[in-house]
Amino acid sequence: MTRILKYLVSWADERFQLSDLTDFARKKTVPMHHSIWYYFGGITLFLFIIQVATGILLLMYYRPTEAAAYESVQYIISEVPFGWLVRSIHSWSANLLIGAAAIHMFSVFFLKAYRKPREITWITGLVMLGLFMAFGFTGYLLPWNQLSFFATKVGTEMLSVIPVVGEALMRMLRGGEHVTGATLTRMFGFHIALLPGITTVAIGAHLFLVQRQGMSPPLTDRPPRQMPFFPNFILRDLMVWTIVLGVLGTLSLYFPWELGMEADPIASAPVGIEPEWYFLWMFQLLRIFPSSVLGLDGRLLVFGCIGLLGFVWILIPWLDRGANEGRPSRFLQYAGLLIMIAVSILTIWAKFFHHS
Amino acid sequence: MTSSGGTPPADDNKGRRRFLETALGTGLLGLTAAIIYPTWRFVFPSKNVRVAEQAVSAGFVDDYPPNSGTLFRFGEEAALLIRTPEGEFRAFLGTCTHLGCNVEYRADMALIWCACHDGRFDLTGKNIMGPPPRPLQSLTVQIREDEILVSRST
Repeated sequence: MTRILKYLVSWADERFQLSDLTDFARKKTVPMHHSIWYYFGGITLFLFIIQVATGILLLMYYRPTEAAAYESVQYIISEVPFGWLVRSIHSWSANLLIGAAAIHMFSVFFLKAYRKPREITWITGLVMLGLFMAFGFTGYLLPWNQLSFFATKVGTEMLSVIPVVGEALMRMLRGGEHVTGATLTRMFGFHIALLPGITTVAIGAHLFLVQRQGMSPPLTDRPPRQMPFFPNFILRDLMVWTIVLGVLGTLSLYFPWELGMEADPIASAPVGIEPEWYFLWMFQLLRIFPSSVLGLDGRLLVFGCIGLLGFVWILIPWLDRGANEGRPSRFLQYAGLLIMIAVSILTIWAKFFHHS
Repeated sequence: MTSSGGTPPADDNKGRRRFLETALGTGLLGLTAAIIYPTWRFVFPSKNVRVAEQAVSAGFVDDYPPNSGTLFRFGEEAALLIRTPEGEFRAFLGTCTHLGCNVEYRADMALIWCACHDGRFDLTGKNIMGPPPRPLQSLTVQIREDEILVSRST
């Protein structure tokens, strides 16, 4: 047995120079750390892998048409062996993924890990968070249930307030004037082909940069101690992934994702309609903002502010020049904290305290 | 590959180490099984139970002159209904026993013919020429008040 293994290893070594790679893995080190925040990038990657795997499984039974979509999801959760589990994992993992990515982003922000030379890593990360939200938005419609139908109606309708291009953008996403079967087909295409393709490239760039530049060491006066990447770091990561898998399995088992009622384009919007939790803060802003301020459309103002904020957020590595010399900007630190608290409050407000 | 260092394992640590390795290995094995088994079951569709043989209507007697035939939907498959030159109705599963093409009725030859590889069957469904290895599977035809009902032969 060991002889066969040895032979296979040397066979591969002769062809792919494996020893180069193992030497590299043996020498690679990462900064010693004892904080939980370093795990969230890896957790996000792990959940993404789960999304790809369960997504491919769901594709074997899902049918992306107005007539068949709801029925096919119903078939998956009631007839296909373990179909309920696969679908529940896909939905739960999607939500945990966005949460993990958001925690990852804020921890990178507060630990100042974006500082030079990691500006591009920061940007690719933000791009991916946007992509994951797009995954969430497009995937939400696919079961073609009442809630997702109206959420998509509202979500795409919001685009139409953007001057000049808004209307066209909305029609492009909907595949027509209204949310119909054509929208479903489009969202399906975005969800399983366009977004995965772009995301794969973005993840590749992100991981390549992390690999080339090494992990960002904490901001301390002394250079941090290093620990071997293999096996110490890998094993820590795998242990956390196992825990995440346990959490995911528990949630999927005990709180299976609901399917709801089939979408009915001529029914009135159901009571308590709201988007997924990661869009709630925007939703709440739109709800509480006056419909017009100084003659300007309120929705447009909300979008303008969010857009401006997003733009500044992207530029943070360049705005926080002091962080490169170990003196991060106090102002930005507090502004970031304020944003995080504001987004959290808006989300909780919309979820638990807003009953109109 | 690299040993994790630390103190060299003393004798009383060996048993502990073996216990931990067994526990970890068993756990990993169980986890792998818990992932592979549901995936396996998910991917391979369950054999749908065939609901009690139902009769499918293939139309009315007047639709078929003698020496004619047509394919119609029979559950998930195609079936062939023919009316022999003598006026008798017969039905078969429309799938050629060679490689699964749909057969057709050839009035000019008074034969059942498969276009894919020139397989031929006589009007009892028997393979008489070309590559088909077996006769066509025949179905039961009943005529009730001029309606032609086709069902699986029991």
